[in-house]
Amino acid sequence: MTGGYLMKSLIAAAAIAASATPGLSDPNPGDWSAVVAEAAGQTVYWNAWGGSTATNDFIRWAGDQVKSRHDVTVEHVKLSDTADAVSRVLAEKTAGKDQGGAVDLIWINGANFAAMKDKGLLFGPWAQSQPNWGIVDVDGKPAVINDFTVPTDGLESPWAMAQVVFYYDSARLPEPPRTMAALADWAAAHPGRFTFPQPPDFLGATFMKQALYGMVADPAVLQRPVDHVDYTAATAPLWEFLDGLTPHLWRQGRAYPQSGPRQIQMMADGEIDLAISFSPGEASTAIANGELPDTVRSFVMEGGTIGNASFVAIPYNANAKAGAMVLANFLLSPEAQARAQNPDVLGYGTVLAMDKLSAEDRARFDALELGIATLSPADLGPALPEPHPSWMVQIEQDWTAKFGVAK
Amino acid sequence: MTRRSGLHLAPALTLALMLGPVLAGLLGTLAPALGLFPALGGTEISGAPFMKLIQWPGLGPAVRLSMTTGLLATLLSLGITAVLLAAWHGTAAFRWLERALAPLLSVPHAAAAFGIAFLIAPSGWIARALSPWATGWQYPPDLLIVQDPWGIAMTMGLVAKELPFLVLMALAALPQAQPGRSMLVAQALGYGRMTGWLKAVFPRVYAQIRLPVYAVLAYSMTVVDVAIILGPNTPPPLSVQVVRWMSDPDLTLRFQAAAGAMLQLALVLAALGLWRLGEGVVARLGHGWALRGGRGTRDGALRFLTMGVGAASVAAILLGLAGLALWSVAGVWRFPHLLPDTLSLRSWARHGPGLSDPALDTLWIAAAATLIALALVVACLESEHRYGLKTSTRSLWLLYLPLLVPQIAFLPGVQTLALMLGGDTGRGAVILSHVVFVLPYVFLSLGDPFRSWDSRHATVAAALGASPARTLWAVRLPMLLAPVLTAAAVGFAVSVGQYLPTLLIGGGRVQTLTTEAVALASGGDRRIIGVYALAQTGLVMLGFAAAIAIPRVLWRNRRGVKEG
Repeated sequence: MTGGYLMKSLIAAAAIAASATPGLSDPNPGDWSAVVAEAAGQTVYWNAWGGSTATNDFIRWAGDQVKSRHDVTVEHVKLSDTADAVSRVLAEKTAGKDQGGAVDLIWINGANFAAMKDKGLLFGPWAQSQPNWGIVDVDGKPAVINDFTVPTDGLESPWAMAQVVFYYDSARLPEPPRTMAALADWAAAHPGRFTFPQPPDFLGATFMKQALYGMVADPAVLQRPVDHVDYTAATAPLWEFLDGLTPHLWRQGRAYPQSGPRQIQMMADGEIDLAISFSPGEASTAIANGELPDTVRSFVMEGGTIGNASFVAIPYNANAKAGAMVLANFLLSPEAQARAQNPDVLGYGTVLAMDKLSAEDRARFDALELGIATLSPADLGPALPEPHPSWMVQIEQDWTAKFGVAK
Repeated sequence: MTRRSGLHLAPALTLALMLGPVLAGLLGTLAPALGLFPALGGTEISGAPFMKLIQWPGLGPAVRLSMTTGLLATLLSLGITAVLLAAWHGTAAFRWLERALAPLLSVPHAAAAFGIAFLIAPSGWIARALSPWATGWQYPPDLLIVQDPWGIAMTMGLVAKELPFLVLMALAALPQAQPGRSMLVAQALGYGRMTGWLKAVFPRVYAQIRLPVYAVLAYSMTVVDVAIILGPNTPPPLSVQVVRWMSDPDLTLRFQAAAGAMLQLALVLAALGLWRLGEGVVARLGHGWALRGGRGTRDGALRFLTMGVGAASVAAILLGLAGLALWSVAGVWRFPHLLPDTLSLRSWARHGPGLSDPALDTLWIAAAATLIALALVVACLESEHRYGLKTSTRSLWLLYLPLLVPQIAFLPGVQTLALMLGGDTGRGAVILSHVVFVLPYVFLSLGDPFRSWDSRHATVAAALGASPARTLWAVRLPMLLAPVLTAAAVGFAVSVGQYLPTLLIGGGRVQTLTTEAVALASGGDRRIIGVYALAQTGLVMLGFAAAIAIPRVLWRNRRGVKEG
């Protein structure tokens, strides 16, 4: 484990060098017992997307746990969009409210993180100081320290792994298409039975990035900012693919679902046969909740699918930084991670390394039934890394110009 | 004389409370529209935000949608209101419709829109009722009904929701138009029911409900929640796009969003100007129509058509709500089944316990905002009455500014302002922000009944030695109890429905049923939408029920007070 240790030390050093000057009253993440002591009695306002009932239930459970263990109260601020929390912090910074901010912890990743990091809106580094950081699978899941290629620098702590899967109703679609070309052919033969959430929803953009992976000659270009590569040439096959696919989408591509979970209702209504998801367990959880018929199954495209991590971050002016860190550390505990992975609860992948766990903790994960529509880790295959955030931004913009406005 | 000067200050104080936030907020939005936003590195005035806005390829259709859906929804709501009253006012059928319409006012816009979406979608209730036996559909057809690019579904949803509001406003204004006497004269001269009413009564009613109509127009043009659910999204109406830019991770889009918000403001002003011109044209045409003296006696078929439209509008919302209610107890419910395959209380068991906290917060905030608004409105109206401080048309316009200026154009600015003043985010700040929106509606509902109160009652009271204060408390307010309570119920409903102010001013920490519902609705799960829509509607309905029940109970043996 020397290599891992060295890497972690380097990251920590870089993170400390990059960090902003901490406020006078800020807790010191290096002195964890002081953090826990300060956290007692604090109320943490956790700003997290509130559109999924399964996630809301999990957050309520996590809040109950840290309340009874550490006397930290958790209030879930249910967002319809993560950017609302980013706006809030930005408004506070504009107004010079550098302490006692309204947001203590944000469920975040990708472009939102990149924007907050870039504008100096985050507290830290603190993530590597958490006691549970030692069991995080940094070597096996590099996405936990590289958020869409942007180094996290200890400014956010991972809590769940996600990977693109597609789910389909096997009662209506026995053999789903396993390549993007096959998807286009199937859609042409069955018009109106597939769609994706409308960009700038992240899932819609993810569908396009996923398609792009199979179309670029060298996937390494996706790891660099778009202005460092020949973006036009790299994306030409993607636009050609979408030009062909769009007229065969649900409603001929003249309307789109506005979020990922909306597709669950559409599949239950029989409006679509195939949908994209960023959570391998989403379909099983929906079946368990009676939202989808039990004939739904999931699969991944040939050549692998994009994976990333979900994080929590603390704004620079948060009011309850210590409480937020205690909550983040709890989210990394084997108990919380195993619960999140349970398909009856969330079905999210864990960020922990099984070989770093005690036998007792490993047993929590071994005991889990993955769920009828969830792929085993072997079937899921290795995750492809997220492209640099600039790809998402540029693809969203170009898609909107080409397809997002009525011709 | 302290009391006198105190009351004297009421109009000024009210205007300051209304206009302060709007004007400050507008400045806070205008600055980024002109390139000024220091936290994002905007330190110089530039035309770039507006240039970027113009370069957005969807701008043309988005602007067109905002104008067409807003104007059409207003025109239809007003038109249906007018013909409904003309055809049926004073009949038993109308009293039935009135009873059905009033509670519809309490259905929050988002809930109504979700219900209607479930009703008319290709996989919705109507399609289910006809499938597969009549249509042959085993799967829903791929038809673009909801979210059509012309905004028809959205316009219909808005009409269904604005119709009850305008009918109620018109009914409140009706006694001053003295329809009974006018109709007697018209009928004696041989006019048909509808023609006589439209010629003799409607012009006077319209003069009184003009500002509510303008509010409907401004609201319909800038609505966000209904547009997201029923409106098109390739591209969406301008207001939705502005909200999208505001919530984009790319913070530099805030500049473009601010420019879009300013354009939205300009559009609303233009539409109001257009409407105003239209009023003149209609007045001239109507004048000629009246002078020609057509009696229009054969209006039987038209009357029934009118009732059909009114009833359909009521049915759309009620059936939509019933659909959501059924979803809230549905287990599996697949197309094309008319009813759920299994029933389950799981959704209520899961979300019911979480309802009580936001429900209580919603209740307190709405009650406080309504009380403050009511006190200010009564103080303004009373000072107007006592000191002859005639509210000029201009200052009345100022009062309605919060309803005419798009929320998205000034709320972000208000948020920054509140933070700069160190005003902590919390219920207090949220209540004050709600007052800004509640007060105009309370003024709208109460202003005319209050002013048209026969001041000879005051003369009599004064002759009997009552002070002005005693006249207010012992004579005027009791006589006006019904309109006062209706105004309060309207204000309460407006407060319950507020989304953006609660979210932005409360910093997300103040959670009401509406903020919860909108957040949960983004997932599209009809079961949970059903639970929250019912809770939200139930709370507002309680307010209206109280407004109807209290005068009936208190004045059950004073028939004279009941009939205005």
